[in-house]
Amino acid sequence: MASLETRFAGIRCPNPFWLASGPPTNCGEQVMRAFDAGWGGAVWKTLGEPIVNVCSRYSSVDLNGTRMMGLNNIELITDRPLDVNLREIAEVKKRYPHHAVIASLMVESKREAWHEIVHQAEDAGADGLELNFGCPHGMSERGMGSAVGQVPDYTCMITEWVKEAARTPVLVKLTPNITDIRTVGRAAARGGANGLSAINTINSITGIDLDTLTPRPDVDGQSAHGGYCGPAVKPIALNMVQQIALDPGIPVSGIGGVSGWKDAAEFILLGCGTVQVCTAAMHYGFRIVEDMIDGLINWMDEKGFRAIEDFRGLSLPRVTEWKHLNLNYKIVAEIHPEKCIGCDLCYIACWDGAHQCIHMDRVSGNGHVIPAVLEAASRARITTTPIPKLDAGSASASGPYRTPLARIPRVDPDECVGCNLCALVCPVDRCITMERVDRGVPRESWEQRAAALKGPVIA
Amino acid sequence: MTEPDTVEIGSNRERFPDLHPGFAAQPALVEALRCLYCFDAPCTVACPTHIDVPKFIKKIATDNLRGSALAILDSNILGLSCSRVCPVEVLCEGACVMHRYNQQPIEIGRLQRFAMERFYESGARLPLNAAPQTHRVACIGAGPASLACAAELRRHGWQVTVFDKRPLAGGLNTYGIAEYKLRPADSLAEVAFVRSLGVEFEQADIGNGLSLRELEQKYDFVFLGVGLGAMDRLGIPGEHLRGVLDALQFIARYKTSGDIEVGRRVVIIGGGNTAIDAANAARRLGAEEVLLLYRRGEREMPAFDFEYYRSKVEGVRFHFQVQPVAIHGSAQDPGRVGSIECVRVELGAPDASGRRTPVPVPDSHFRLDCDMVIPSLGQGRLSGLLESCTGVELRAGCVVVDRATGRTGNPKYYAGGDCVNGGREVVDAAADGKRAALGMILARAAETL
Repeated sequence: MASLETRFAGIRCPNPFWLASGPPTNCGEQVMRAFDAGWGGAVWKTLGEPIVNVCSRYSSVDLNGTRMMGLNNIELITDRPLDVNLREIAEVKKRYPHHAVIASLMVESKREAWHEIVHQAEDAGADGLELNFGCPHGMSERGMGSAVGQVPDYTCMITEWVKEAARTPVLVKLTPNITDIRTVGRAAARGGANGLSAINTINSITGIDLDTLTPRPDVDGQSAHGGYCGPAVKPIALNMVQQIALDPGIPVSGIGGVSGWKDAAEFILLGCGTVQVCTAAMHYGFRIVEDMIDGLINWMDEKGFRAIEDFRGLSLPRVTEWKHLNLNYKIVAEIHPEKCIGCDLCYIACWDGAHQCIHMDRVSGNGHVIPAVLEAASRARITTTPIPKLDAGSASASGPYRTPLARIPRVDPDECVGCNLCALVCPVDRCITMERVDRGVPRESWEQRAAALKGPVIA
Repeated sequence: MTEPDTVEIGSNRERFPDLHPGFAAQPALVEALRCLYCFDAPCTVACPTHIDVPKFIKKIATDNLRGSALAILDSNILGLSCSRVCPVEVLCEGACVMHRYNQQPIEIGRLQRFAMERFYESGARLPLNAAPQTHRVACIGAGPASLACAAELRRHGWQVTVFDKRPLAGGLNTYGIAEYKLRPADSLAEVAFVRSLGVEFEQADIGNGLSLRELEQKYDFVFLGVGLGAMDRLGIPGEHLRGVLDALQFIARYKTSGDIEVGRRVVIIGGGNTAIDAANAARRLGAEEVLLLYRRGEREMPAFDFEYYRSKVEGVRFHFQVQPVAIHGSAQDPGRVGSIECVRVELGAPDASGRRTPVPVPDSHFRLDCDMVIPSLGQGRLSGLLESCTGVELRAGCVVVDRATGRTGNPKYYAGGDCVNGGREVVDAAADGKRAALGMILARAAETL
């Protein structure tokens, strides 16, 4: 069986699943229950000068009945006294010596303040430090959090201060609220960071209550922008993680919408050494880690990976710039009629949203009928309730498949541009597949084609 | 028909709880979100009124409940009663692509009911935008076909009067549908809604009192939505005894007057959906034993499969290949039903309808003691009135119309519903009525071109 044992930027833990700094890691009691549930590590809710929170604090975006597809919060760093947090960190480390406890830190931008908190956290027994340069709300108004992370020079400077004092590995948590995350990643590396955590939450207003007209979360009739996280942000996180995994090229702990083992596998394939989870644990509790571990091990066993390092970063070479993609690669959609259920979503998607290459002509024979004409013909049909006594002998026309042939769309392979849209909208697994068409043309990228068109430079 | 649109038998509400309880808001949303939003959806095609099902379901999902109800009413003004009485298993839900996907079709009927009930709860307001027209139409019969025809005409600004000989409007929706499917109050709420659109209702027996000639003179068009006639009789001795009551009379009695005693053992004769409704009702009204006698076999029974299974759950016992030959009075009261005499039959060669003909088995007579006999043999045709409509062609007792427009052989007369289709569902009548209304509007437009 595959092993999930992890060594990340010098920090050891039983598996790569860490709880991110946030409400689930607010106190020692929670962190210990999380370790009991199977989490490999926990980044403690950010330590610093205790703050006062408002209520309410969270709001979410639901999608088609799925709750908390995206979560937004305006909660600040810990509101508990520093000595209480430090005492609990020490207690947790005493009871769980093999699990990773990372102290997330945020203090005012003074060298002495940073030196002091580093010493306190390490003395309490933290296995590593995570500098919170990412929090985009509240703290940033006080010159901390993303106010630091958005300025590469500040990031570098404070990282240097921390490294002056730190004996444990130092991770810098990056904000995504910046044009190019690599600039801050490089600054952190320049300052001596041992690793990066990305991404922190994204500036957001999740929505507005259409009765009160107040954006959510409502704090006495007003709201403030918050930080967005949860499944909705995963694609953004994956892109940023991929960017910093190569440049500056120091270890990355992936954060952003990790809800299950597949998400974790994807972050690791893009180079992450650990993943951090918050929203999913807030939604369903610590128990979700069981399937993250189980699912990842099963997948690794199936793929023949014995350790995280066996597949970490394997997808990185498969991300490239557009100009290097093969212009001569051709695929076309194929609808498998035996699987089609006749929803015809591919037809309308192709006509209205793509390139008009799917036709309802298996029976009629006339392709290129526009959607409105098809619908009008259906509405003009006179249908009645089938009553056996009155409809003796009538049999509805059928075809060779379980769906009537007339409702099974057909892709015109000459018109299909291979965009994937039909396969994406089809609700049935593998009903529409994208099939390779070998045109016998060698691989050629846009860069190569443009160079060829320009011709040799004449001296 | 000047009575208020209300009738309520208190005890019925307990005896006949909803067959399919309505959705609360959250379950409706969850179900609505399950809909795939098919293009050119099969459910819409399967609906005789072509309600745009994905459209109204999507509107439930977006919390646009008024829009959802209007989308339904746009196609079918009887959206409320249809949501309750439609045999959705063989219509929209039967056509749902989900049968081929995760097996469970979208609960379209219950979602439609959810949207319609919210609409009625919020006051059932439907503004008419059309400019008033001078064209006048008389609808004969106040059942679903006429209601749909009248409402559609009103929505185009026409003037409509609906005539019915019964005191309450709604036709079989009010008098003939099983209580757990549709209560008279719901049918009458729908009548009140149609009334609110400006349709006038008059209680009159056309042919007796008010003549067709008068209607022809006063109105531009006459719509025949008269339905079918009385139920066919058994034609056996003892049919006149007290305690013998056909299924439609029985259903109308328990729904609208509530003065019915069913006794301990009830025999139902017939294998259609109405027979099953009557059998279930007899059980719920307190009969200890309900026996349904059908002269053919289980497979030949015309009732929908789901009605049959539901009835077995209600405790109705089915006896197939049994034909009644006489009803006998009881020993204590010879004027009242005491037993029914039957003969066993075998099924012979198929008849014109493709079903096998029952042939009595010699010496197989037997008697069943019972307190009530409810024949449910199907409704006869209403020939008298229809035959007096000049130029209106009848075939096998049904009015012959152009299917797309509802126009009869006489351009003044349009027709729809059971009197045209021989007895189908509410939704078929609603579709017929609407098509006829549009047919009249088209005919008038063609004249003025």
